[in-house]
Amino acid sequence: MATEILMPALSPTMEEGTLAKWLVKEGDTVKSGDIMAEIETDKATMEFEATDEGVIGKILIAEGTEGVKVNVAIAILVEDGESVDDIAAPAPVAAAPAPAAAAPVTEAPAAPQVDETPDWPEGTKLKQQTVREALRDGMSEEMRANDDVFLMGEEVAEYQGAYKISQGMLDEFGSRRVIDTPITEHGFAGIATGAAFGGLRPIVEFMTFNFAMQAIDHIINSAAKTLYMSGGQMGAPMVFRGPNGAAARVGAQHSQDYAAWYMQVPGLKVAMPYSASDAKGLMKTAIRDDNPVIFLENEILYGQSFDVPDIDDYTVPFGKARIWRTGTDVTIVSFGIGMKYALEAADKLAEDGISAEVIDLRTLRPMDAPAIIKSVMKTNRCVTVEEGWPQGSVGSYISSVIMQEAFDYLDAPVINCTGKDVPMPYAANLERHALITTDEVIAAVKQVTYK
Amino acid sequence: MAARKTTKQTNASAEELKAYYKDMLLIRRFEEKAGQLYGMGLIGGFCHLYIGQEAVVVGLEAAAEEGDKRITSYRDHGHMLACGMDPNGVMAELTGREGGYSKGKGGSMHMFSKEKHFYGGHGIVAAQVPLGAGLAFADKYKDNGRVSFTYFGDGAANQGQVYETFNMAALWGLPCIFVIENNQYAMGTSQQRSTSSAEIYERGLAFGIKGEAVDGMDVLAVKAAGETAVAHCRAGKGPYILEIKTYRYRGHSMSDPAKYRTREEVQKMRDERDPIEQVRELLLTGKHATEDDLKAIDKDIKAVVNASAEFAKNSPEPALEELWTDIYA
Ligand SMILES: Cc1ncc(C[n+]2csc(CCOP(=O)(O)OP(=O)(O)O)c2C)c(N)n1
Ligand SMILES: [Mg+2]
Repeated sequence: MATEILMPALSPTMEEGTLAKWLVKEGDTVKSGDIMAEIETDKATMEFEATDEGVIGKILIAEGTEGVKVNVAIAILVEDGESVDDIAAPAPVAAAPAPAAAAPVTEAPAAPQVDETPDWPEGTKLKQQTVREALRDGMSEEMRANDDVFLMGEEVAEYQGAYKISQGMLDEFGSRRVIDTPITEHGFAGIATGAAFGGLRPIVEFMTFNFAMQAIDHIINSAAKTLYMSGGQMGAPMVFRGPNGAAARVGAQHSQDYAAWYMQVPGLKVAMPYSASDAKGLMKTAIRDDNPVIFLENEILYGQSFDVPDIDDYTVPFGKARIWRTGTDVTIVSFGIGMKYALEAADKLAEDGISAEVIDLRTLRPMDAPAIIKSVMKTNRCVTVEEGWPQGSVGSYISSVIMQEAFDYLDAPVINCTGKDVPMPYAANLERHALITTDEVIAAVKQVTYK
Repeated sequence: MAARKTTKQTNASAEELKAYYKDMLLIRRFEEKAGQLYGMGLIGGFCHLYIGQEAVVVGLEAAAEEGDKRITSYRDHGHMLACGMDPNGVMAELTGREGGYSKGKGGSMHMFSKEKHFYGGHGIVAAQVPLGAGLAFADKYKDNGRVSFTYFGDGAANQGQVYETFNMAALWGLPCIFVIENNQYAMGTSQQRSTSSAEIYERGLAFGIKGEAVDGMDVLAVKAAGETAVAHCRAGKGPYILEIKTYRYRGHSMSDPAKYRTREEVQKMRDERDPIEQVRELLLTGKHATEDDLKAIDKDIKAVVNASAEFAKNSPEPALEELWTDIYA
């Protein structure tokens, strides 16, 4: 049967090209792989190979012709002994179906539904625990419950954790499940992600998140995107955790807050607890989650104590903010160590007669936007607090959400209190200035409340 | 280098030879068809063909057992066909249709099959190396006796994460076969222009990982080397490296002007070393098959490939709702 040879698309963007040169003539026999012509595209001159066997029956487009559209017949291939005249009228070329219309934009809910149930029922027995102990308990409880869960990272086993988060875990779980790695973030993040594809539930400790930049390709390209790229067949149920943000006097390379970076990525979930109960409850939820979770801790908070409910299997759901303090004049939204400044500011503002509502987001993805919107509809003012840099901050995203969903309720522009737009300096005085301060939060609140 | 079995000392039965012939021919014809569909605008973006390298995956699959895992780069169509994935689903993924392995959301470079233990399809050069070691880590953790085939290119072999992985794989004794598909070029850069050592597998020696170079145009040599590697891993002796010397006939991707090598170089390889021709000759000279038998095989394969192309053209584009699914489990 005679077949048409069509002008090929030789690059992802090619729509037409020049048929520069024929390397075969009518009557020549070709087989798959033979070069038939040279075609000039927008980028280069390319060789065009035959894919079928046959005889060149007729050349339809002469060499030197410019602007030959992709999919136009340029020659006719016949079988041995067949003539070109046997060919029926050319069938129209099947084009890819036209793309359908874009998905509709979802509309903002009029009155957001907010889950305000307390984290634990009234009368629950509480114990004081540090964030450090709470994190360890959260991991250990999940490891006791599921053999597929294991912890790996630098110094997590024999050294008992660079920040002592995994204290005692090697003793309890052994070296099969608490694994010291070489200093090789890119490599072990990849191995852990592969292990998650293979059915395990790894917890990867980064000594600090600054070093996770070596591994960010696996976190995002391998862990976050695979479920989507596989059409739902396989994903990476795992936790990447470790201290994030500034410690004290450790300089520019050891002090970055990555909240805004990871929050941007579909396929990741991002938790950033402030209190010990949230550290424990969110950790347990993170380990059980079937998706890759970025779990941002904070070195300064590790030693701080909070009430933790003394109950079996305490978990905190993702995407549910905690209202630490109710108020009527302004909404202060924060997360992680930012909560320290938010709560201190609220205390001092109360002395001046300003009533601040303080919301701890706890997870940034999913983010409890309804809780923010509902509060702003009441207070009509909002200040966000975080340690990270201002441009492309978590606060700037929150501001855009408020503007789109509660514009008519705002009595003042939203102010984002952030770290300064500089690499972290070492000098004590400069570092104090680079970080967000309680005074700055107070000043911002006074500005939006016109006090 | 371990003693290489040549085609003269056949380590396969006539039936096995015929099966390898079929498997390699399926890949070749499938890839030719993919190239054709690309030319027609039915396949878009990047499309990396495997033509010339067929003996690598077919030889290694002959050494694998049910449950063993495999993972590779973007040049992945051959691996999927060789491990038994459905040509229809692969081709429909190439055309970005609902019937594709990833429902059209992955494309040529990103396909997966849990059922066939195929873990992708990865677009970041060398990222699949630690991922493959991670699959082996999971197998060792579960103590299930499986091995993982981790394929990567000569270009990928210059990424740092490969050596991070070699170190941990050796340290932890992971049952991972690192398969370096050395087709001599990384896009337009030849091995000599990018790689300090002539024998890439020797880099494993620094980590105490055994390895060998293999003639990748000879499916029986690949199979023999694969069996050695698999036996090593299953015996709990840790990872193994196979540097398989092969050659890609086509451009790196579809838009490769191929100015970095001569037409004669490619033609010589095709004429003298073609992996399919070699087996064809064995079959004919050994009187295991007649010309007519082989014609019949060719015809059957063409029918399978044409059917996959029809399926891939007729499968609808994914529903728009698919945009929003599979982001979270
Ligand atoms: C990290 C990264 N850098 C660059 C690229 C672009 N790129 C894609 S394939 C390729 C060449 C890889 O060659 P090789 O590893 O030999 O594999 P082959 O294509 O020959 O199979 C390059 C540079 C990429 N995909 N990822
Ligand atoms: Mg290569």
